[in-house]
Amino acid sequence: MSGGTSLQKDRNLIAVIGDEDSVTGLLLAGIGHTNQQQKKNFLVVDAKTALSTIETAFQEFTSRKDIAIILINQHVAEDIRELIDGHNQAFPTVLEIPSKDHPYDPEKDSVLKRVRRLFGE
Amino acid sequence: MSGNNQRLSIFPTRMALTTMKGKLKGAQTGHSLLKRKSEALTKRFRTITQKIDELKRKMGKVMQVASFSLAEVQYITGDISYQVQESAKTAQLKVRAKQENVSGVMLPVFESYNEGGNAFEFTGLGRGGQQIQKTKEVYAKAVETLVELASLQTAFVILDEVIKLTNRRVNAIEHVIIPRYENTIKYILSELDEQDREEFFRLKKVQGKKKERAALEEADNAKKLALAQAESEHDAEISTPVLQAAHESGELDLLGDEEDEDVIF
Repeated sequence: MSGGTSLQKDRNLIAVIGDEDSVTGLLLAGIGHTNQQQKKNFLVVDAKTALSTIETAFQEFTSRKDIAIILINQHVAEDIRELIDGHNQAFPTVLEIPSKDHPYDPEKDSVLKRVRRLFGE
Repeated sequence: MSGNNQRLSIFPTRMALTTMKGKLKGAQTGHSLLKRKSEALTKRFRTITQKIDELKRKMGKVMQVASFSLAEVQYITGDISYQVQESAKTAQLKVRAKQENVSGVMLPVFESYNEGGNAFEFTGLGRGGQQIQKTKEVYAKAVETLVELASLQTAFVILDEVIKLTNRRVNAIEHVIIPRYENTIKYILSELDEQDREEFFRLKKVQGKKKERAALEEADNAKKLALAQAESEHDAEISTPVLQAAHESGELDLLGDEEDEDVIF
């Protein structure tokens, strides 16, 4: 369930996986963080980025203990849909955000899908 | 139903009956409490779902504005993305989780806060600095919305799980535990009744036997008494001298005592 309180106290970072513009904007807001191991909490995805890189990054972010929220562009989320649907823990929260080139489609959101399934629509 | 034929393996005594009744009562109280909890959670859940739906739509707009603002920056300043990415050292915009209690369920509420100064104070100093600061503000606002949405979503996931759990418990109590207790109580009652009937029958039987024996004894006694009386009468006859004489002469035999087989006519 919700896990220990101490577990959540350390979680205070927001991670981003997305295209260059989304990441730049969010970093500009000041969420960027590089830890002692030179691990960044963001990943820029472009057309050349391999799927395995995204998957590894997502898995790394979900397993890190200091990340509370993972923001991920919806079109990137589509590529690793399996992983996102498989992520059913409360922490860290995975949030799909729209990107500049891809307008937001509520139909594809994994949480909204669950909402619809629950209310039988 | 599956729970219909089940009962606890328990010795049918009055003591066990009392315990079972207590347990049944406890189960019923627990059931109603859990049901109420589940209802409260569901209510909360529906509110959250509605809010999520609203915020998701709002987020679309906010992100659109933010992207547009960034495009303005890029138009004026040129590409700053590399610079921004490389200068990310420590996060200034962080979140912390607080706990909110909804009917015994801890829901996290994220809250964003600023730590440290402005890291991008000098970005775009040559040109477009103001634009960059504006974009930064817009994005900070967007992040706030996102954080709010994230906490709602976490609450959603947790509540979903807890509601499922509670409903499972409610159903288990309603369809398994309560019928089992009821069956056990029925079983104990029927066994006790059976014992009562057996005991009653046994007592009746004993009473009957006693009566029979008493009657037999009485009959016996009466016989004995009669016999004794007859005997004594016989003795009396013998002792009467007139009869004695008659007896000896054989006159009396004609009248009475057939038992005397020695007499041959």
